[in-house]
Amino acid sequence: MEYAIEIHNITKVFGDFTAVDHISFSIPKGKIFGFLGPNGSGKSTTIRMLCGVLTPTSGSGTVLGLDIVKDAEKIKQSIGYMSQKFGLYEDLTIKENLNFFASIYGISGIMKKERIQEIMELCGLGEKQHAAAGILSGGWKQRLALACSLLHQPRLLILDEPTAGVDPVSRRVFWGVIHRLARSGITILVTTHYMDEAESCDLLGFIYRGQLMQLGTVEEIRQREGMHSIEDIFISYVERVSDIKVTGSFMEIRNHLD
Amino acid sequence: MNLHRFMAIVRKEFIHIRRDKASMMIALAAPLLMLFLFGYAVKLEVERVDMAVFDQDHSAQSRALVQKLKHTDYFIDRYYAGSDREVIEMVDKGIVKVGLIIPPDFERLIKGGKEAQVQFLIDGSDATTARTALSSTMLLSSDFGRDIREEMLKKAGPLGIGAGGIRALPRVLYNPAMESIKFTIPGLIGLVIQNITIILTAFSLVRERERGTLEQLIITPIRPIELILGKLIPYILIGFFDFALVMILAMTVFRMEVRGSMLMLLLFSACFVICALAMGMIISTIAKTQLQAMQMALLLLLPSVLLSGFVFPREAMPKPIYLMGFVMPLTYYLQIIRGIVLKGVGVDALRQQTGLLLFFTFLLIFVAVMRFKKRLD
Repeated sequence: MEYAIEIHNITKVFGDFTAVDHISFSIPKGKIFGFLGPNGSGKSTTIRMLCGVLTPTSGSGTVLGLDIVKDAEKIKQSIGYMSQKFGLYEDLTIKENLNFFASIYGISGIMKKERIQEIMELCGLGEKQHAAAGILSGGWKQRLALACSLLHQPRLLILDEPTAGVDPVSRRVFWGVIHRLARSGITILVTTHYMDEAESCDLLGFIYRGQLMQLGTVEEIRQREGMHSIEDIFISYVERVSDIKVTGSFMEIRNHLD
Repeated sequence: MNLHRFMAIVRKEFIHIRRDKASMMIALAAPLLMLFLFGYAVKLEVERVDMAVFDQDHSAQSRALVQKLKHTDYFIDRYYAGSDREVIEMVDKGIVKVGLIIPPDFERLIKGGKEAQVQFLIDGSDATTARTALSSTMLLSSDFGRDIREEMLKKAGPLGIGAGGIRALPRVLYNPAMESIKFTIPGLIGLVIQNITIILTAFSLVRERERGTLEQLIITPIRPIELILGKLIPYILIGFFDFALVMILAMTVFRMEVRGSMLMLLLFSACFVICALAMGMIISTIAKTQLQAMQMALLLLLPSVLLSGFVFPREAMPKPIYLMGFVMPLTYYLQIIRGIVLKGVGVDALRQQTGLLLFFTFLLIFVAVMRFKKRLD
């Protein structure tokens, strides 16, 4: 099992709308995979299928060696997930949230206490452990959500826009934790719109209108497209497929008046 | 005050209401529903009270008495019993509200110018009906007596035998003082349990969905049954606690006495709590927001106050409204709790009601779990 995720021609159709159209990729263990694409391109649908929450219309795949259709329940026990919207309980404190998710993943007793301590240190949450999650700032909320997804020591982490709306400093702190986790052997699938974050990933995949446009390491993609900036490459894909003309830099937008 | 800004808010508010189907229903359908329901169902007069007759005389006079009672449309001679005990049993079971016992020498006594006694047994657990029934029976009896005297005077002339008549001996069973509070309090217990449990349960499940935490929860290994039961247990406990609280208050402050089996009462109250829980769960699978959950709960609860016979007797309601009461579990619970508390009857007298309550409970639980499982997927 050298691949953490292996999917083959995964397709999801809702009525007459194809959300995900024959996507295939393989993510080796311990790598960070940046899953990029515009809003509504099929990222979240693909992720749900990987998590075992949605059944593919066709295609097959394994996550950590477990079949995404047949072993969906086992997959849930082995992966950590951070949703785009803050999905934790605002009226529970940091500690209470951690306690809850630890129990949901079957951790109990002394191990639970130790684990929670560990995680709070790792994510820097100890200082506000008795604060209600609802009053935390964006950066703190994301760290808490990450913490809750790590309690059961998953081998694969799926993070859906974890740094959306988070300030530049907190973003860097967060990615510091992600890279540390990857070095310890955990595979990470991240979706993000921050291209500077994307550039630090091991592998990148672009998805647009349900189809995988590009897959490869950052260097490979740069060579194939002949461009250095991932953001420019992203924009060029959108332009190519949809006939929209996009002005590259914000300074150009400011100076052009058309 | 700026008119444009103000109107912008007004317009936006109308759009909100239009888009929120549940609010639309409340705004338009609910008033009509309530008007018709309450308009037709709220009747302070008593009509068509079922009566059981034990006629030991089978004479022209005894039949005339029954006719007299029937003629007013107040009383319907639905059953003819063969014994005292049968009559009492029927009142116990709630099959009839009034029993009439005519002695064997009724006609002989009347014709002989003496006074014949007839006994009326009146179900006191429903104070409204009881009071009207009581006064009606007294009135009609003395009327009857007067009719007889007139008739006899006509036949026999002023020198005829002394006027006979009838003396009605009414006995109000269970609640002799016909205190309406004795009738209301048990009913109130049922209402309180139903309302609180339904609202709390509905809210709990909808809140999870509304806050978006359900999405995070679905990806964990949690199983639907664990989620459902785990969420319900606190509310079952609260329901029981509320029941105990209200019972204690009823017995101390309102001096309610439980005539029948406390154990039976507790058992069926527990059953009813679970029933209300299931109703709350079903609402939570339909409502998308807590606001909608509240509105749906209200839509269910307000008519139930009326249709279940909580205050106004169901027998007096027009047929369609009367029939609607049969699909409300509260109706059966009220009969059960009133039966046990006021009449002191046991399960055999309440066989129909208890059976139906259990049936509804299982049915509602089944529907709730099915719908909930589907929703989670």
